[in-house]
Amino acid sequence: MSDLTQAPPTQAPRPTQLRTALGRVRGSGSAKSGVQHWWGQRVTSLALLPLTFWFMLSLASSAGLTHAEAVAWIGQPLNAVLLLAMIGLTFHHIAAGLQVVIEDYAHVEWIKMASVLAVKAACALLALTATLAVLRIAI
Amino acid sequence: MAGRRSDGTPVRRPLSPHLQVYDMLQMTSALSISHRITGVAWSIGSIVMVWWLAAAASGPEAFATVQWFLGSFVGIIFLMGLTATVWFHTLAGIRHLIWDAGHGYDMPSVYRSGWMVLIGTAVLTVLTWLLLLISW
Repeated sequence: MSDLTQAPPTQAPRPTQLRTALGRVRGSGSAKSGVQHWWGQRVTSLALLPLTFWFMLSLASSAGLTHAEAVAWIGQPLNAVLLLAMIGLTFHHIAAGLQVVIEDYAHVEWIKMASVLAVKAACALLALTATLAVLRIAI
Repeated sequence: MAGRRSDGTPVRRPLSPHLQVYDMLQMTSALSISHRITGVAWSIGSIVMVWWLAAAASGPEAFATVQWFLGSFVGIIFLMGLTATVWFHTLAGIRHLIWDAGHGYDMPSVYRSGWMVLIGTAVLTVLTWLLLLISW
């Protein structure tokens, strides 16, 4: 903000952008937050890439599992760890993605806010349910 | 977009172009909206993954119910659609990550990567179901 007062006295400068230097450094715009949401979506998508291939391959090669076989597979420590990682990342990624979709199409503020909060609540509960299921089998 | 200044006076900000300016039959816009649609569809499909895990933890009877559903006609159609959805969103997601890294923005590259996503989705979906049928 002090940029304006430091301009040469002969000519009033026309500010080319309205963000403060501090805001620019922090990556924060008028939304008071920076690129965390965008970056989080990319990081979770990168982490989910190998997990998706692993999970799809595992499921495709084990169709028609009996309950005992499924429990044995989920209970293997490596599978359990990868499942837990996938559950957390999946629902983080889903919540972030659906939030953007809602923000693009919902224009009434309270509907937008209620929908985003409902999606986040649903994602949290689904993630906890899946996590509890894996832990119950694996521990 | 309607908004208000800090003194309360209304301000109408310019809007970015919306659906009406796009030809939805173009590869570029069609794949763009498909990435979003498959993302939403996969989100819904993930509920079945939670059901499957919770059923496995809960016992043989609950697990038999979910396996019965997934093996039924509706279940198999659902799983086939979900398989294509998963591979499309995964491959289109890789395409987006490459764009985010700053590559592949010229039109020939955009069309080439678009076709790679479509063909890759078909190939991976068929391979997944071949593997599934062989292991069944």
